[in-house]
Amino acid sequence: MELLLEVEGLKKSFGGVAALRDGRFQLRAGTVHALCGGNGAGKSTFLKILMGIFGRDAGSIRRRGKEVEFASPADALASGIAIIEQELSPVPHMTVAENIYLGREPKARFGGIDFRAMNRSAQGLLDDLEFDIRATQYMMNLSVAQMQLVEIAKALSHDAEVIFMDEPTSAIGEREAQHLFAAIRRLQAQGRGIVYVSHRLSEIFQIADSYTVFRDGAYVGSGALADIDRPGLIHMIVGRELSEEFAKTNTPTSQPGIEVAALSCPNKIEDISFSVRKGEIFGIYGLMGAGRTEIFNCLFGLDRPSAGSIKVDGTEVSIAKPADAMAHGLALVTEDRKLTGLNLADSVRANICMASLPEMSPAFTMDRAREADASRGMREKFQIKAARDTMPVSGLSGGNQQKVVLGKWFLRNPKVLLLDEPTRGVDVGAKREIYRIISDFASSGGTVVMISSEIDEVLGMSDRIMVMRAGRSAGTFSREETNAQSLVHLST
Amino acid sequence: MMSAGDNKSTEGGKNANSWLGSEQRRLLIQEYGIFLAFVILVAVLSVSNEFFLTAGNISNVLLQTSINGVLAIGMTFVILTRGIDLSVGSVVALAGIVSASFVTSSATAGISGAPYPVALGLGIGLLVGIACGAISGVIVSRFSVPAFVATLGMLSAARGMTLIYGGGRPVPALTPAFRWIGTGNILGIPAPVVILAVVFAISWWILNRTRFGRYIYAVGGNPHAARTSGINITRTQFVVYVISGGLAGLAGMLLSARTGSALPQAGIAYELDAIAAVVIGGTSLSGGVGRVTGTLIGALIIGVMNNGLDLMGIQSYYQQVLKGALIVGAVMLDQKRNYGA
Repeated sequence: MELLLEVEGLKKSFGGVAALRDGRFQLRAGTVHALCGGNGAGKSTFLKILMGIFGRDAGSIRRRGKEVEFASPADALASGIAIIEQELSPVPHMTVAENIYLGREPKARFGGIDFRAMNRSAQGLLDDLEFDIRATQYMMNLSVAQMQLVEIAKALSHDAEVIFMDEPTSAIGEREAQHLFAAIRRLQAQGRGIVYVSHRLSEIFQIADSYTVFRDGAYVGSGALADIDRPGLIHMIVGRELSEEFAKTNTPTSQPGIEVAALSCPNKIEDISFSVRKGEIFGIYGLMGAGRTEIFNCLFGLDRPSAGSIKVDGTEVSIAKPADAMAHGLALVTEDRKLTGLNLADSVRANICMASLPEMSPAFTMDRAREADASRGMREKFQIKAARDTMPVSGLSGGNQQKVVLGKWFLRNPKVLLLDEPTRGVDVGAKREIYRIISDFASSGGTVVMISSEIDEVLGMSDRIMVMRAGRSAGTFSREETNAQSLVHLST
Repeated sequence: MMSAGDNKSTEGGKNANSWLGSEQRRLLIQEYGIFLAFVILVAVLSVSNEFFLTAGNISNVLLQTSINGVLAIGMTFVILTRGIDLSVGSVVALAGIVSASFVTSSATAGISGAPYPVALGLGIGLLVGIACGAISGVIVSRFSVPAFVATLGMLSAARGMTLIYGGGRPVPALTPAFRWIGTGNILGIPAPVVILAVVFAISWWILNRTRFGRYIYAVGGNPHAARTSGINITRTQFVVYVISGGLAGLAGMLLSARTGSALPQAGIAYELDAIAAVVIGGTSLSGGVGRVTGTLIGALIIGVMNNGLDLMGIQSYYQQVLKGALIVGAVMLDQKRNYGA
C-alpha cells in the first residue's frame, strides 16, 4: 500500500547542536499514528520541518511516494499536510468562517468578500464533521476545545490528507477530549492519516493504532500499539526501566492541614467544602471550567470569595492577597507556568528567588550570597538541569521549568501545597520526578491539594478525590472506592 | 540582570582569546555590544578630529548628556515595568519654573520673601516632579489606564500648568547660588555631570542590588507571575513613576540653572531623546529586560554623535536623521539577536 507520508534520515542542527539526528516516520492512510518521545526527543523540530518552518540539513520527505520540498508553511499545506499546533493562534475578533478562510476569502464583485459563500462552505465543513459550531460565531466566544475543532475544519478546507495534532488535549477536559476523538475517528474513516503527538499515554492507547518513538533526536522504534503495553512504551520513550509510574509513599495523619468551608464566589464556585489532613494528597478532578482553578484563586487571595471560611492548622485565617496566603504557609503552583508561574525573561536563579525576596533582603539590599545558595540548593534537590543558573529560564525544558516553579515555592518551606495541573506538558521522566517530590513533601507532613485532568494521575497520586462539576462539588471519594469510569461519569 | 557583575569576571575574562565559541561570542555581543559600538564611535571620532578628545570637549559632551541622561535613567525604571513616561519634557518645564520662582527676586516672580536658599528651591522642584509622577503612577497602577495615555495626559497638563504658573513668561535672573548646580565645578568636573554620576550610581544600586530592583524586573517580565509570587504590583508600578517624575524635576532644575532662566517652552520633546537613549541602550519596550548601564551608554552615544557631527561641521538637520536611523538600527539588531538565526 502506498504511504501517505514517508520520512527518512531527517537531520537538523542549530549552531552545532543536533536537535534531530535521524528522524524516520511512516504514515498509512486511514490510521491514527502516535508520535511519542520525551521533551527534547526532537518531536517539535520534526514537526516544524514538516510544517515548512525550519529547513532540513539532510533527509527525505515523500508524500505518496513523491519527494517534496517545503520552503514555507504554505508549501506544506499545498502538499496536503496540516498541523494543528499546541498553542492555537486564532483571530479572536473574527468569525469562525473568517478564521477558516483567512487569507483566501472567496471574492465578490468590486474586490469585496463573498461572505455568504464563505459562511455557507464553512458551515458545510463543520456540519460534515458533526461539530456543533456556527460559522458566524465569533472566535473569542468559543472554548479552547471548540477552537481546536475549528482548526480541524480549517485543515480539511485545505483538503489536507495528513493532519498532525500536537498535544491537542493539553488544554481541554475529558469530555471535550472524547468529542475530539470522535472527530479523529471520522477523519480516519475518510482515509486520512492523523499523527497524534501527546505525553498522555492513556490517550495514545485509546485513540491511536500505531506508534513511532523518538529519543534524543533520533528514531527509536515503531509498530502497532496492539503489540505493546504501557510499560513497554514507557521503556522505549525513557530508554530505561521505570519501576513504578506513580511514586506514592505518604500516609495521611489525623491532624488537619487545611479546612475549607462553604467557599463561594459568584458565577465561579458555590459552596465548596473540604478538609485535607497533614500528610495527605487531596485530588480535585473535573473538566475545564468546572471551577477547579477558581477554588485555588480564592484560597490564594487572587480572587475574593463572597462567603466561606479557610482554616490552616486549625486556625481560621483571612486571605486578601497572595502575600497573606504565603504568610500562612500556602504555596500555589499555577496551571500555566509560562503565563503565571515564571518570569521567562529572567534567570533560573531570579525565578527560584521570586517568592522569597523580602526574606532575602532583611535590610532592603538583596543578600546575593543567599540568593545563589538558595538557587544551588533547589537545583540540587530537584536535579534541575541548567548549564548555569544565570541563564534565562526560557531555555529550559518543560519539566525543568516546572521544577523551577516547585523550587520557588519549596524555598519558602510551605505547609500547604496547592498544585494546579502539576505535570502538564511535562515528559514521562520528569513527571515521575515531580510525583516523587510531591510524595516526599506529603510524607514529611505536608498538605497537598492537587488539581488534575489526567485521570491516571489523580487516581495514582491522591488519597481522596473531590469531583467538580459546574462550580460545585459532585462528591469526595477515597481512592479505593472510585475508578476512572465513575470519575468521568460524575464530572459530566 | 543580577548577573551583571559576575558575567564580567567569568565571560569577560575568556573573551580576550580568539578560540571563543560562536555561542560565547554571541553572548558577548549581546552583553557588551552597545558598549562596543560606543567605543568604536569614540575611536572613529578621535581619529578623524583632533579636537574631539580634548578635555574641554569631553567635558562639554558630558555636560550636554547630563540632562538627557538623568531623564533616561528615570525612563529606564518605567520602561522596565512595561510602562512609558511621555510627560517628562513637560515636567522638566514645570519643575524648572516653579523652583526658579523661589530662587529669583520677589519682584521678578511675585513670591514674597524670595529669593529663598538653594535647598528650598531644589526641594520644591523635586516635589513638583514627584507629585506629577505620583499622579501618573496612581492613574496607571490603580486605575489600569495604559501608561501611554496616562502620561500623554500629564504631558499636556504639566505644560499647561507651566504656562499658567508663569503667565506664559520666563522666570529669569536666578540666584548665583542656584545657578551653581548647572554651571559650577567639583574638582574640575561640571556639577551636572557629578549629579548624573550620583543618580546613575544610586539607580544601578537599586536595580541590581535591592529587593525593589528585583520587583521591577519581575513585574516587567511577567506581572501575573509576580502577583502570584506575592509581589505588590500596584506599589511597584506607582513608585517607578514617582522616580521618573522626581528625576524629571531634577533635570528641569539643572536646565534652568544652566541657562539662568526658566522658560515655559523648556523641555519640549525631551521625552523622545530619553526614550531613544533607553532603547539604544538595549532595554526592551516590552519590559523586564534591560540595564541602566545600557541607558547611560545610550545617552552618551546620542551626546557623542551630536557633538561629533557638530565638530565635523554637519548641519543639525542631518543629526536628526542620523539619530532616527540609530534608534531604529539598534532595535533591529536587538530583534535579530532575540528572534533571528
